[in-house]
Amino acid sequence: MAEATANGLGQHHLNAGHAQDAATAGVAPAEVHQEHPIKLYLVVWAWLFVLSACSYMVDYFGLQGYLRWSLILIFMMLKAGLIVAVFMHMAWERLALTYAIILPPILVLVFVAMMVLEADYTLLTRVTFFGGGP
Amino acid sequence: MAETTLTHIGQTEPRPAGWQGIAADWSSDQRAFKNVSWGKAMMWIFLLSDTFIFGCFLLSYMTARMSTRVPWPNPSEVFALHIGGSNVPLILIAIMTFVLISSSGTMAMAVNFGYRRDRRKTAILMLLTALLGATFVGMQAFEWTKLITEGVRPWGNPWGAAQFGSTFFMITGFHGTHVTIGVIFLIIVARKVWRGDYDTGRPGFFTSRKGHYESVEIMGLYWHFVDLVWVFIFAFFYLW
Repeated sequence: MAEATANGLGQHHLNAGHAQDAATAGVAPAEVHQEHPIKLYLVVWAWLFVLSACSYMVDYFGLQGYLRWSLILIFMMLKAGLIVAVFMHMAWERLALTYAIILPPILVLVFVAMMVLEADYTLLTRVTFFGGGP
Repeated sequence: MAETTLTHIGQTEPRPAGWQGIAADWSSDQRAFKNVSWGKAMMWIFLLSDTFIFGCFLLSYMTARMSTRVPWPNPSEVFALHIGGSNVPLILIAIMTFVLISSSGTMAMAVNFGYRRDRRKTAILMLLTALLGATFVGMQAFEWTKLITEGVRPWGNPWGAAQFGSTFFMITGFHGTHVTIGVIFLIIVARKVWRGDYDTGRPGFFTSRKGHYESVEIMGLYWHFVDLVWVFIFAFFYLW
């Protein structure tokens, strides 16, 4: 699925970078595929504006608690996904590259879990020895 | 078609023995990312390492905020601006977000026009991107000035937990540095595009190698990454 598109656009990008390669490999000329993306970029751009406005509204209307946090995270992930997939062309790259780049940052979540435990423990000892606290 | 030729090259090369073989294996013809150019793969790997740096900053911010007994200053009030007789929460940060997203949009268009060999539009869009980036840095400088005059320091502030200042200056400062470096490189690449370096094959001033229009896309990767980092800073530092 992703491979099929990769031949359409990802590879096309590479070949556009080396004009002589494209000529020898017999790939379709650059103009064929370039008309569609412009509209795609504009649509994504508009969506990024809408999503940013939405996340600002979360603060503007002063939503609190789990509703606030889940909305912030949802809008954040949607924005990040759109930027990486379309603006950075990750959707059309080879899967070998996509996995090599996307998977490692997910491991940061393990680090997050460790630091949550650590922070809880630090807070516990601070409250125990210095008293008070939230 | 280009893919099969590349795979083929890697398999038929005879390998020398011993250390020379190790050096050969690590130096050339070993391509994991078949149809991805070297420059683009290296930029992605650099961005991955940068992701970990910003990840560590945000993690230390999370740890500091979770472990302090003193209440955290409310970013919604700290970053509010007094406009038209009332306090608008986070308005400057929201404008900065829109400026940076707009610059990402113009950058994406520049990459597109670069592949169409439209030098004029590519250069203009890249300079517009640089201008928006410089605007962002300017607004950040304004924000820093405002907070410093209000008494925020890396070791304390008037509203609550002392770690607020240190994490704020560290995270936004490092991001602002990235934007500044990006603006400088945008101007350099835009000049090359404008002059037609990628059409005439003029050697670069640093590597002495011929560039091509993929440089615009690689530059774009860096710029979109800066925007991407801001998405996370905006969510975790300003909105949380």
